[in-house]
Amino acid sequence: MTHFTRKFLATALVSTILSFSAHAATLNIHNGGDPTSLDPQKISGDWENRIDGDIFEGLVTEDPKDNPIPGQAESWTISPDQKVYTFKLRDGIKWSDGHPVTAQDFVFAFQRLMDPKTAAQYAYLQYTIKNAEKINKGEIKDPTQLGVKAIDDKTLEITLENPTPYFLNALMHYTAYPLPKHVVEAKGDSWVKIENIVTNGPYKPVEWVPGSHVSNVKNDQYHDAKDVKIDKVNFYTLEDQAAALKRYRAGEFDVVTSFPADQYEWLQKNLPGQAHVVPFLGTYYYVLNATKPPFNDKRVRQALSMAVNREVIGPKILGTGELPMYSWVPPGTANYGEPARVSWKDEPYKQKVEEAKKLLKEAGFGPDHPLKAQLRYNTNDNHKRIAVAIAAMWKPLGVDIELYNTETKVHYDEMQRGEVQIGRAGWLADYNDPINFLNLLSTGVEMNYGRWSNKDYDALIKQGNEEIDLKKRAEIYKKAEQLALDDSAAIPIYYYVSQNIVAPKVQGFVDNIQDIHRTRWLSIKE
Amino acid sequence: MFGYALRRLLSTIPVLWIAVTVCFFILRLAPGGPFDGERPLPPEVKANLAAHYNLDKPLVEQYLIYVADVMKGDLGPSFANQDFTVTQQIMSGFPYTLTIGGSAFVLATVVGVFIGCLGALYQNRAADYWLGGGLLIGLVMPSFLIAPILQLVFGNTLGWLPVGGWGDGSIKFLILPIIVLTLPHAARISRLMRGSMIEVMSQNFIRTAKAKGIGPRLTVMRHALKPALMPVVSYLGPAASYLLTGSLVVESIFGLPGVGRYFVGAALNRDYGMVLGTVIFYMLLIVVLNLLVDIAYAWLDPKVRMR
Repeated sequence: MTHFTRKFLATALVSTILSFSAHAATLNIHNGGDPTSLDPQKISGDWENRIDGDIFEGLVTEDPKDNPIPGQAESWTISPDQKVYTFKLRDGIKWSDGHPVTAQDFVFAFQRLMDPKTAAQYAYLQYTIKNAEKINKGEIKDPTQLGVKAIDDKTLEITLENPTPYFLNALMHYTAYPLPKHVVEAKGDSWVKIENIVTNGPYKPVEWVPGSHVSNVKNDQYHDAKDVKIDKVNFYTLEDQAAALKRYRAGEFDVVTSFPADQYEWLQKNLPGQAHVVPFLGTYYYVLNATKPPFNDKRVRQALSMAVNREVIGPKILGTGELPMYSWVPPGTANYGEPARVSWKDEPYKQKVEEAKKLLKEAGFGPDHPLKAQLRYNTNDNHKRIAVAIAAMWKPLGVDIELYNTETKVHYDEMQRGEVQIGRAGWLADYNDPINFLNLLSTGVEMNYGRWSNKDYDALIKQGNEEIDLKKRAEIYKKAEQLALDDSAAIPIYYYVSQNIVAPKVQGFVDNIQDIHRTRWLSIKE
Repeated sequence: MFGYALRRLLSTIPVLWIAVTVCFFILRLAPGGPFDGERPLPPEVKANLAAHYNLDKPLVEQYLIYVADVMKGDLGPSFANQDFTVTQQIMSGFPYTLTIGGSAFVLATVVGVFIGCLGALYQNRAADYWLGGGLLIGLVMPSFLIAPILQLVFGNTLGWLPVGGWGDGSIKFLILPIIVLTLPHAARISRLMRGSMIEVMSQNFIRTAKAKGIGPRLTVMRHALKPALMPVVSYLGPAASYLLTGSLVVESIFGLPGVGRYFVGAALNRDYGMVLGTVIFYMLLIVVLNLLVDIAYAWLDPKVRMR
């Protein structure tokens, strides 16, 4: 080869690379916090889900609207008793290192998830699988007793404890992602380091600078790689929302995943159509300690709930239009239809306040004997604004509220120990099903901070859990929800909204109730 | 000098040990644990996590395990960033902090000394008012206010500089954070320098130098600068400690991956290992920087060297 030919080929190669990089589509996403890990069994936040959901894929995955569609499994069958799911894996699916993805990888991942030594925070999300809870609690030592079996390399059988209508939704969760058995066994805990990690999703991570960003590039081994249009995704760590908005305006970010509420009006006016504020499967509520006076009296709980003017909180106090909450399960939840509502929902606010005064009087409170209580919330501007507003709404009832804020860790520690009279809480759904919210009021669960307990409610929840017919199940759950609302088990305040800003050049971003937007569905129009 | 430095470093070991011990126990006494949060965990999962991180062992045993690990150079795991050890995270973040903080330190010293000298030599004249007054803005305006203003003006409005991030580490990404970090320290140094220089310039030996016919520039450079720098040098130790341990505000607003945000974030997250790791790191840094200041003092002042 002559010198000229070598030079020509080198130039051609460099030009090719440069032209590729010039056309390589890169997406820059503001992602809030730093991920705890890239190991899907060690994470618990939505910012971590954004990254891991791009680099791993479960048996079932999300479509752009967050509906379940085949992922690593091409199809599945469900037994008549709805307890055994048999998944057929796609042909030719591979890890990013070219190793085939097999049913054994799924068995290995589920067994590791339930192994107490793994200490997976979210292991309980898959307790619907046979023996999962017992293995995770250490009651069963043999991991092969878990109801996940590889029939052969391409067939996986999962047996459940009970019929679970939302099981396919739960399989979209990162706790159900497979793990590369060959790498984890060879590298141990270091399998997840950037230099070792192999993935089976549309992307693979190539760089992680703690406190700055995680970068993923397209995984050519992915079964649908040909339709993945974005070549590189940078997830930026930045918790300062105002700074994130400035960087978006400067073109440094293409997607911002949260912004300061007081900027919503400015965004609507100056960047019309770019702010996506839509209902989100999450609830913001106050719990009342139902085990001690005065909140063990239903009349007191109901009076306080009625006096909360929910209509002004979203539009006026927060400014982002959060929807007033009169039910316990958010509207739009799958397998449910319209949720139940409090009976007094449509009364004029003045009338609600008058009724609330009456109820408090009946309960023995009035000008001579004012109701005094402490309202606790975790330190945050929005929580403070809401707490101040609600305390003011309760003032005309003669209720004297002491506001008390602590950092998040302390707040939830005290809530769990039952050391609150009134406490702020929130719940974002793990999977799209009413039971995820209804469980918050079941007797004895950790999330039931108010310790409200009702035998009939628990019985209905149990009955609903055992019902296979989705329509009947929804009816039973709705009865339970109505019962909790009638008893003012807690004070629902508003349904969360997701708050994204999306640049016009980003195509395929579909608003959905769980705010999950996998990069494989997005593209960039330059 | 080497023996002196070694003695100084060794004498900090007991102080370091006491600080780590106090921090260790205070952290554990604080309400709320590393795994408390919006989503309460089932007791068995909490127990699994506690066992995984030795948090189920008696506190004294945990302490002994920790001290033994530290003596081996292992600062332990981080709960909030499980793919990296505490040491790896500090080592990953420090170069960024060193770049920004070190540049700000040098710039603040040079600018502060220069403007302080000008202020002293042109006392109560336009240059003194304008330069000193302009720099005072940096002192009275907090960084959480200056930073967004600079982002808005130079990033969003004029489009001259990136609003945040590290990018490829090129100078354009560093300018704004360095300015924000530099301003308050440059202002303090200039005030110190101005006062000190005015005092030195009124000393007899300066009058003698002037009487010998030495020009004003040479008088300042050869005779006044060194003694006038003494109060500035005593301030440089704490300033360097502040700048090289990173700034939570600047790193948060500009989205920089330095070590500044670790300490506060770790304390709020009850990330015990990271809190203790940053305490050890900060203390070692402060010890080394104070030692360098003392050495600089000895170079500037022969009386100190004699002692």
